Amino acid sequence: MNFEDKEFRGLLESIRYTYGYDFTDYAEASVRRRINHFMNFKKITALNELEGMILKDEKLFESFIQELSVTVTEMFRDPAFYKSLRENAIKRLATYPFIKVWIAGCATGEEVYSIAILLKEEGLLNRSVIYATDINQKSLQVAREAVYPVENMQSYTINYQKAGGTNSFSEYYKSKYNSVMFDKSLKQNIVFSPHNLAVDKSFNEFQLIICRNVLIYFNQQLQNKVIQLFHESLCPFGLLGLGNKESLLFSEKRMNFDEVDRKEKIFIKNS
Amino acid sequence: MLKTEQAYLAIVIGASAGGLYALSALLEKLPADFRLPLIVVQHRSKDHREILEEVLQSKCKVKVKQVDEKERIEDNCVYIAPPDYHLLIENDRTFSLSCDEYVRFSRPSIDVLFESAAMVYRNKLIGIILTGANNDGAAGIKTIDASGGLTIAQSPQEAQFPVMPEAAINTKGVKQIRSIAEIATFLVNIQDE
Ligand SMILES: C[S@@+](CC[C@H](N)C(=O)[O-])C[C@H]1O[C@@H](n2cnc3c(N)ncnc32)[C@H](O)[C@@H]1O
Repeated sequence: MNFEDKEFRGLLESIRYTYGYDFTDYAEASVRRRINHFMNFKKITALNELEGMILKDEKLFESFIQELSVTVTEMFRDPAFYKSLRENAIKRLATYPFIKVWIAGCATGEEVYSIAILLKEEGLLNRSVIYATDINQKSLQVAREAVYPVENMQSYTINYQKAGGTNSFSEYYKSKYNSVMFDKSLKQNIVFSPHNLAVDKSFNEFQLIICRNVLIYFNQQLQNKVIQLFHESLCPFGLLGLGNKESLLFSEKRMNFDEVDRKEKIFIKNS
Repeated sequence: MLKTEQAYLAIVIGASAGGLYALSALLEKLPADFRLPLIVVQHRSKDHREILEEVLQSKCKVKVKQVDEKERIEDNCVYIAPPDYHLLIENDRTFSLSCDEYVRFSRPSIDVLFESAAMVYRNKLIGIILTGANNDGAAGIKTIDASGGLTIAQSPQEAQFPVMPEAAINTKGVKQIRSIAEIATFLVNIQDE
């Protein structure tokens, strides 16, 4: 299946107009692939047919949005990133009496609880607030519940240890049937809330912003805009952590950051 | 040898188990000025972030590099998909990465690269499937073929793991079945035309 540029653009425009979701500045290849996937699954053969259907049927649109927003995540993904945070960020964060962290594009929350565990082990969680945001309401609901499949715990435990974890990972959750629930004490200082990086504004000032594997889904223009937003939302010498293959290369603000860890993509705002 | 009426713009290659050896054997035969960009998905572990590139560069006279996000595709370069991300190609001939779910148990997946490359390059694309023990890339080969591109599979007799080229061949989307040495000669000749 294949579809022409104009129709594709038209679809994204009418979604934006009708539902307020703006995918027009997303990296196209990936959006096209997800749309293809959705159409195959729903046995829809033409793009204009899809457009007609999702504009009429809000339920269908909701499942379409689920398909478009990629929720794939894990705990302590790229353990070396977390290790580097321990080594390079914690000391700086500890100098603040009150620490505000923003995790943007938090998906189903695995990353959020990883950060909460790290802050707890470093003795900073009780004076931190973590704002965890995403565009996807369903993912946020999963994140709030903090219930995950038990079969993931084995690989998460390995990640946790590689990330420099100092405890036994299983202390942080209780198993029940085929799921585990993460400890309430981790949740106390977390605020989950919807926020769309493509359209919403800055809402606070942070000492640390983490946004991993979200920017890769945006085109250069939107990446640039979002980095601008992060710059605005960081305190002086605030820290920014990106995904392993993301950089500030295309950002007009790149001179306003220094590298703290080049490989692990941790930056500090210098001006 | 097949006569080419069309000027190809890019080559995509998929390899899995046994791929390091096969890729090395192929890449070492290319001259330093080999023009067409080669874009490679080799299934790999995410624990070793750059080793594959280093090993291949030591064998290959053309520049080998791991793809950076949003990088522009240039001639005379071998691009390797980074571990743990899917690699896609945009209409403006830049790369995109995604961490969507695994496809055919793989990330990067050969199908994902091949299908997005076919959309952009259409009949100006060469797709090559090498050794492997799974069927990733078969759907992609079919798509490249349907878009008018040229499709090649390493001969299963030669491949260290024949399953992957066989799966591609079974789609009936493969135009040529060749040994690594023949593929190399073919590619070098194509660019001289
Ligand atoms: C691949 S996940 C990354 C999850 C996590 N940060 C990680 O690295 O494991 C991408 C997330 O970005 C979210 N996202 C996509 N577009 C967004 C936007 N405009 N604003 C906020 N979040 C967005 C998706 O809903 C999804 O949860």
